[in-house]
Amino acid sequence: MNGTYYVSAEHMTVGYDGKPLIENIEIGVRRGEILTLIGPNGSGKSTILKSIIKELKLIAGTVVLDGHDMAALKERDIAKKLAIVMTERIRGELMSCWDVAATGRYPYTGRLGILTKEDRAIVDAAIRTVHAEDFKGRPFNRISDGQRQRILLARAIAQQPEVIVLDEPTSFLDVKHKLELLDVLKTMVREQNVAVIVSLHELDLAEKISDRVVCVANNRIDRCGTPEKIFRDDYISALYGMETGSFNALFGSVELPAVSGEPKVFVIGGGGSGVPAYRALQRAGVPFAAGILPESDLDFPVAKALAAELVSVPAFSAINEATERAAAARMLSIGRAVSTVPAFGETNAANRRLYDAARAAGLLVDLDAVLKGVEA
Amino acid sequence: MRQNGRFAQFKDGLLRVSRSFDRARLPIGFAILGAALVGLFFWNIAAGSVSLSFAEVADGLFHADSPFRTIVIDARLVRILSAILLGGALALSGFLLQTFFANPIAGPFVLGIASGAKLVMTLALIGFLSFGINRNSNVLILASFLGAMLSMGFVLAISHKVKRMSMLVICGVMIGYICSAITELVVQFAEESNIIKLHDWAMGSFANVQWHNVIVITAVVLPAFAVTFLMSKPIGAYQLGEVYAKNMGVNIPLFRAALILLSGVLSACVTAFAGPVSFVGVAVPHLMRRLFKTAKPIVMIPACFLGGAVFCLFCDLIARTLVSEQLSISSVTAVLGAPIVILVMLRRQKEGER
Repeated sequence: MNGTYYVSAEHMTVGYDGKPLIENIEIGVRRGEILTLIGPNGSGKSTILKSIIKELKLIAGTVVLDGHDMAALKERDIAKKLAIVMTERIRGELMSCWDVAATGRYPYTGRLGILTKEDRAIVDAAIRTVHAEDFKGRPFNRISDGQRQRILLARAIAQQPEVIVLDEPTSFLDVKHKLELLDVLKTMVREQNVAVIVSLHELDLAEKISDRVVCVANNRIDRCGTPEKIFRDDYISALYGMETGSFNALFGSVELPAVSGEPKVFVIGGGGSGVPAYRALQRAGVPFAAGILPESDLDFPVAKALAAELVSVPAFSAINEATERAAAARMLSIGRAVSTVPAFGETNAANRRLYDAARAAGLLVDLDAVLKGVEA
Repeated sequence: MRQNGRFAQFKDGLLRVSRSFDRARLPIGFAILGAALVGLFFWNIAAGSVSLSFAEVADGLFHADSPFRTIVIDARLVRILSAILLGGALALSGFLLQTFFANPIAGPFVLGIASGAKLVMTLALIGFLSFGINRNSNVLILASFLGAMLSMGFVLAISHKVKRMSMLVICGVMIGYICSAITELVVQFAEESNIIKLHDWAMGSFANVQWHNVIVITAVVLPAFAVTFLMSKPIGAYQLGEVYAKNMGVNIPLFRAALILLSGVLSACVTAFAGPVSFVGVAVPHLMRRLFKTAKPIVMIPACFLGGAVFCLFCDLIARTLVSEQLSISSVTAVLGAPIVILVMLRRQKEGER
């Protein structure tokens, strides 16, 4: 395999109690790079990570750390290079957050584990890196999940590793703490050139922070590559076996399935103004038609996922007369229209004419009326 | 703004005071334990069926031809030393077992380890007596250790099946009962003259320890204490959980074996010379955690040893002097120790930890 990998699995077969779960795994990560494992629940992401950190015995193959077979390395030498943040609940009885972070210094302290002034400075710096100064003195058992996760990361940082392995570190965190945690990771990678192997549930975050992505599904490595190659609408839907809804690779977001049926309202949208209306209609279970959107419009991906019918033109093209006429005709046949556009610009004359036509024909209604009409 | 600044200053000051007290907690705690040990030492020498004055004690301690020599040295000092060493060993053994099982109410007595040691020792003792061989303290320790390891093996096998700490303890208590029942049965079949010798010891007492036993006890307990102290770093890592300990570089199988062996040797030594002594192993580590507000092994290991010594000296003082007849040490340690165990369980319940 590529000699520049800092950590790599070679012909690795992992599993429990000697029973192989995933065979012949070939993955690797370079320093200064984030490798992300994604895949459905139970696909074996954690098993792979646990095997890499030697928590699970390999069934076949090797894990190479910095050019050495990890099986032959001493635990203490591994500890100086590899730090972990796993999902196991840590039992920090009577330990403050600072104490827990300080356990990262373990491989560097002497026989009795007494911290030197230098060790303390390193722990303090790690606490600062994860922005945990405010609660570093509090008992570890009495802090929130988000704070706990940050302390565990501080612990890993204090270990001064060259690679950090994290198993779903963002689970249970709110959006702010998710971002903070991943930002700290990204900074570590950039400034200290560490390698990161992480498993994530959040596809949007995986898409944004990963340098390379490994897709685990159906007990095999399904695909491996850059986020640009992996995050494609159809592939992600297939990877997760999504039978309802759809995945939007561009936004890294999921949409529920469209409400099908005869449209009950025509939504004139554009420029991002339509999205809230589309979602509201979807939630209320109202099938709708949307238009007229160039494929480059901000509303287009969501409309495509949620609208029963969609009138669109190719990206960055002007709306031609035929399309305009077809949209107007459809609007008339549906008999109700909603406009979400606050102001029609100069290049959006076609939608303005559509709006004028709707008003002239008395088709324009309030979105709330449409939503309430269904409730009644 | 200024108000805020002043408040922050005030808060900072308070924090600093509490922090400096916490820093002083260590010397204060050890000073309390040390003073208690010295105080109880002299009280134990002076008090008993014959009360001695300070001058009489000093006379007995330092003059070989003193009329108080026998009572001070051969009756009381030997008993004090064995209470100190065995009490420390019990508490330390409890601390190690609590670390191993991640269970604050684990201890050599509650897990049935002491009872297992007692059973095998009784068998060995009756064997010696009926063949007319003099009991040899080294062989007794070995038998006791064997019994401790047998019970420990059972508890270990069960601990793989049950994850709840209360279940583990219940299983341990049951093992203890089974061992005690068999012990009783064996004693029933032993010849009558042998029973009397067994009786005292089976109830738990520091009364039967002799000078040459103290030498053996010292030779077992002090090295075990030293090794445990040197292991305080991996013990600290293990407190976080096995996964993290492994990542920190602890050789887990070796470490677990060492922990089992050490706690087995310590509790076997106690059982061999003083019989089963209940609840010290659970109560003392808990009291020490409360006193020092930490679970750090580098503090806890010496603290538990000292605390166990103080606790047992105190309990033995009560056992010797409360009523004219001597009480068994276990009845005193149980009265003082068992409520603490209940307290620990209630606290855990409140904190919602398993």
